[in-house]
Amino acid sequence: MAAYRCKCLGLWFFLYTLLVVDIDADVLHTAQVTDTEYTGADAETVLASDLPNPPQDTGEQTAEQTTEGQQDRQWEATEVQEEHGHDASDHHQAVDPPSFPPAKDDFKEELVIRPLHSGDIYASFQFRTVWDTDFMGEQKVSHYRLFPKSLGQVITKFSVRELHISFTQGYWRTMQWGQPYLPSPPGAELWVWFQDTVTDVDGTWKELTNVLSGIFCASLNFIDSTNTVQPSASFKPLGIGNVTDHSFLRYATLPREIVCTENLTPWKKLLPCGSKAGLSVLLKSEKLFHSTFHSQAVHVRPVCQDPQCRTTSMELRQTLNVVLDLHTSGQGKREWSLFKMFSRTLTEACPLASSSKVYVDITDNPQGEQFELSPATPLLTQAVVLGDRRTYSVYDLTQQATFGPSRSLNTLLRWKSTDGDMLRPLLHSERYVAGYGLQAGEIHTLMYNNHPYRAFPVLLLSTVPWYLRLYIHTLSVTSKGKDNTPSYIHYQPSKDRERPHLLEMLLQLPPNSVTEVTVEFERALLKWTEYTPDPNHGFYVGSSVISALVPSVVAMDTDNTLERPLFSSFFPCKEEASYFMRIYTEPLLVNLPTPDFSMPYNVICLTCTVVAVGYGSLYNLLTRTFQVDEPSPGLAKRIANVVRRMRGVPPL
Amino acid sequence: MGLLSDPNRRRALIGMLTRLNAPICLICYMAGVAWFMGLAFEPFTLRTYMSENAMGSTMVEERFPSGERALATGREFAAHKKKNGGMPVDWLVRTMQSRGLEVFTQHFSRKLPFPDEDKERYMVKGTNVYGILRAPRAPRTEALVLSAPCSPGNDNNQAVGLLLGLAQYFRSQIYWAKDIIFLVNEHDLIGMQAWLEGYHHTNTTGMDWSPLQGRGGSIQAALSLELSSDVVTSLDLVLEGLNGQLPNLDLANLFYAFCQKIGVLCTIQGKLPRNDWDTTSGYSHAVQTMMLMVLKQASGRPWGDHGLFLRYHIEAASIKGVNSFRQYKTDATTVGRLMEGMYRKLNNLLERLHQSYFFYLMPSLTRFVSIGYYMPAFGLLAVILLLRALDLWVQLSSPPTKTEEGGIEVPSSPGVLSILTPLVISHLTGVALYTLPILSQELAVEHFPVSETEAVVLTAIAIYTAGLALPHNTHRLLSGEGTEQGWKVLKLVAVLYLAVLLGCTALINFSLGFILALTLVPLAAFITPHVPKALSAFVMVVLSPGFTLLFAVFFFQELQETPVSVQEGWMLFLSVISQGILDHALYGSLVYPLVALLVYPCWLLFWNILFWK
Repeated sequence: MAAYRCKCLGLWFFLYTLLVVDIDADVLHTAQVTDTEYTGADAETVLASDLPNPPQDTGEQTAEQTTEGQQDRQWEATEVQEEHGHDASDHHQAVDPPSFPPAKDDFKEELVIRPLHSGDIYASFQFRTVWDTDFMGEQKVSHYRLFPKSLGQVITKFSVRELHISFTQGYWRTMQWGQPYLPSPPGAELWVWFQDTVTDVDGTWKELTNVLSGIFCASLNFIDSTNTVQPSASFKPLGIGNVTDHSFLRYATLPREIVCTENLTPWKKLLPCGSKAGLSVLLKSEKLFHSTFHSQAVHVRPVCQDPQCRTTSMELRQTLNVVLDLHTSGQGKREWSLFKMFSRTLTEACPLASSSKVYVDITDNPQGEQFELSPATPLLTQAVVLGDRRTYSVYDLTQQATFGPSRSLNTLLRWKSTDGDMLRPLLHSERYVAGYGLQAGEIHTLMYNNHPYRAFPVLLLSTVPWYLRLYIHTLSVTSKGKDNTPSYIHYQPSKDRERPHLLEMLLQLPPNSVTEVTVEFERALLKWTEYTPDPNHGFYVGSSVISALVPSVVAMDTDNTLERPLFSSFFPCKEEASYFMRIYTEPLLVNLPTPDFSMPYNVICLTCTVVAVGYGSLYNLLTRTFQVDEPSPGLAKRIANVVRRMRGVPPL
Repeated sequence: MGLLSDPNRRRALIGMLTRLNAPICLICYMAGVAWFMGLAFEPFTLRTYMSENAMGSTMVEERFPSGERALATGREFAAHKKKNGGMPVDWLVRTMQSRGLEVFTQHFSRKLPFPDEDKERYMVKGTNVYGILRAPRAPRTEALVLSAPCSPGNDNNQAVGLLLGLAQYFRSQIYWAKDIIFLVNEHDLIGMQAWLEGYHHTNTTGMDWSPLQGRGGSIQAALSLELSSDVVTSLDLVLEGLNGQLPNLDLANLFYAFCQKIGVLCTIQGKLPRNDWDTTSGYSHAVQTMMLMVLKQASGRPWGDHGLFLRYHIEAASIKGVNSFRQYKTDATTVGRLMEGMYRKLNNLLERLHQSYFFYLMPSLTRFVSIGYYMPAFGLLAVILLLRALDLWVQLSSPPTKTEEGGIEVPSSPGVLSILTPLVISHLTGVALYTLPILSQELAVEHFPVSETEAVVLTAIAIYTAGLALPHNTHRLLSGEGTEQGWKVLKLVAVLYLAVLLGCTALINFSLGFILALTLVPLAAFITPHVPKALSAFVMVVLSPGFTLLFAVFFFQELQETPVSVQEGWMLFLSVISQGILDHALYGSLVYPLVALLVYPCWLLFWNILFWK
């Protein structure tokens, strides 16, 4: 019993750490960009040139602003003043009707370009809108400015606390590309925390998925009870809030969902600048879908409004990640530029944005031996991302100087070295179906811990559709040839045609090891109407989710030869000793026993014939009792009998 | 079915069947053989056509330009192979990596049950190298495989070169929807077996292999390329896989369609399609092609590296470059374009290949015989067994007739023992034939001046021959004399047993079932204790499975236009036996256990009947 309690405690502590680390990361992020904070008030005036119906007639002013750097600087000054004023007037604004909410919302855009080890390039767009409003409050929110109304209404109507939706085409290659900034599984993923005021969560979820399916032009309406689960530990709220009752959480993936321009357009419509100005001009579908990986996501969550966290704001974060491939880009030259990547260059920031920046990751390139970056920028920034301290060159699009004399920014990156070795990420995973034949099989999930000396915990979540009948007694977890007992297992068996299997496990991955989780399954025979139109393609099993607290690379740095103060280097653990990471395994394609649909007529005919001829006659022969009749009398005898009957004499 | 319900008519029908049993059987046998020979006659066969829509109407362009460079890579590979004295693993890994593939290796080792003298190997240790071209924006759920063997000597260097050239070209294309795995396997089938077992994490044959690190999801189709010359005159398609499994016919159609489109001569069984079906030579050409396919399929062994994929429900075929003395040559660029076209069409597949036939025979590359057409040939042979069984049943169940010669028909039913004893003993002989050759090889090598391989084969033949002494042993065990009823019951059992056995075999591997039926059915039909002993014994031995194999070896060589002398044929026969045993041990081919454990004991039962006392 004591041991059990310890495990429970351990789990809760783990979950709590996940939460804390995540919030920490968020705070760090906001802190990092506050130095260049702008408010919406000024942004709005800039907007005038772009909006069809400008609220104030400031057209002239904006035109001048884009040409002259002098005025720009002036604007920065006024902006700071206004920001102070806004802070002061914050308290009474909460009760004010939203007739004029100039300082309540804020939009930032950001593009991070990471040259990848393999020669490919990773571009990650992030657009963040924060709105200091309470969707759940008494006051009905009806006046929208930067925040998209369609989403706002959804949040209000369905009492959504947090919403995370991602559409991904392709699989993130951890072994070649390292970790993504925002992981997502192939296909569509949706997870939502509802407010605890919702009474009928399943009904609300059903409606919500249908509405979102309309908003994003995606097949989210295929989310139903057979692919929805309630993870007990893997998905904790990313925003503030202390909810632990996972009955308000719904998680679903559609591994088969294909992402294309029809999903990109509604996603772009949610941006304040659309695809008209700012970084979003780069989002042209002909290039975005000429990539090796494409992922777009929308995250809505409550965040702290101020450092004291007295009130909350709603944050909408739209992210888009693409990886462009060097080999398929043609041309043969080993270089990347914004133009080559997106067939556009940057000419301005989104006028509504308070911050608009392009970061280029130059960590692996301190002396410029890997690649050459032009135009060079003096601005550098450092951030701890995914447990590693990274250095970035920053291009501030709000500064006219960034664009140079040609009035456009076309960051160019020319590779010098050519090595395409595989990486050894600290944590990566692999999943496959073992066995052959259409009766049984085995799902193998391998998790690699490549840390040389530190073990770390991971939470494994796998959802398996009901038509693969898991034999949970065959579940085995082994690392380094020994059994590895999970300290926490949450298993929810499936119900045919109702709900999927849900398996969550808390595992400790030993250092420098491979942990293998295997479970056998049997393939169910579906009813003939339940097969998809292409049954021989196979059926998808969504990605497993591995959430982990990975020891950070910064903390792993035990190289004592480095110059550093002695007092700082005694204890190996540092502040950010570990960081939260989520990785997704490959989805699986499993063939089920499939009847030959191409010749139902033949099948029906054959079966009927076999039943009628074979079974019928055999049954007949077996059950009938045979009696030998009297041989039928001859004609003469028959006539004689008729005569005899007429005479009243017994027949012969 | 009123016919059977009515006792009178039933009696009449049965009477007719028993009266005319022998002629009907004879007619059936002849009809069966005639039907089979008719299958190769062109008007009776269907033209091949593409069933899969995803591959049919969609056009693809073939642009592969760099055949010469691929050949240069092949030469470089050959040089490194020579230098390493085997698979140049490091070079391959580097080369594949530089072409932008994710490269992985797999080590494997296997100790053969006895030394393989044909390929000169015993303790096999090797490495497979494979590179995965990850399809852009695909979630690693589907894959295609292109493999080329790293053969000893100077073989298949061009295949590896072309594989690497294709990898480089494919890598720069954006249209792939499935991962493509480029595999170079060492020790041909053993390496392939190790790789497939590793990929699917199964172990059916007890091989040691290191687990694979990278996978591409479920493999949809695979092609194996064998190319040993810079230019080829024709390409040969090999379909026959393990246990006589065949890939979906659409794969053959795809190959043929591209050969037509690109203008490459293509063959099956090394024979070009001909148009003169109405001439004798045209017909005999078709018969030869079909017979070659039947013999290859019946052998149950994989006839190319593709053969092992079929177990995993992966459609696969081997494409072999043939360089003969023809004038017209095809260069590597054209072969590369052919491969490119095939892969692009396979890439377009939305579902696994399933539309077309899985059971077929091909009298030429453009014609096929589906299961519905060839099964009657077997059915006509199998029905003989049922007719004989019916006859025996009627004889057994009819009340003993008073014969004029005063013979007393004892209606006593034969003891279970008299039936069971031969059954058990012949099956034990079968078990001995299956297990002893490998188990006793060391013993044999100690006592006789033979190599291990010879020991195994000769032991097998010895046990096979020793089985001929079975009737004496059986009779020693039996208490009394065998009765007339006794052999009839035994024959009834044996005939039904053979019918079931052949029926099941023909369903899985038609060719094997048909060839066995061709020899075993007449024997099962006519054998009784009352036929002339010496002559019948000779006929029985000639029709036994062992001799069938011997004839098949000679026939196969004849069809391949490489006739052999009796001496060579005998050596070939011995090596075929050892290969059969090895195929079973290495890849799980079922022909050897089937013959040893079931067919041979069944034949022994008939042998027993002949010497019934």
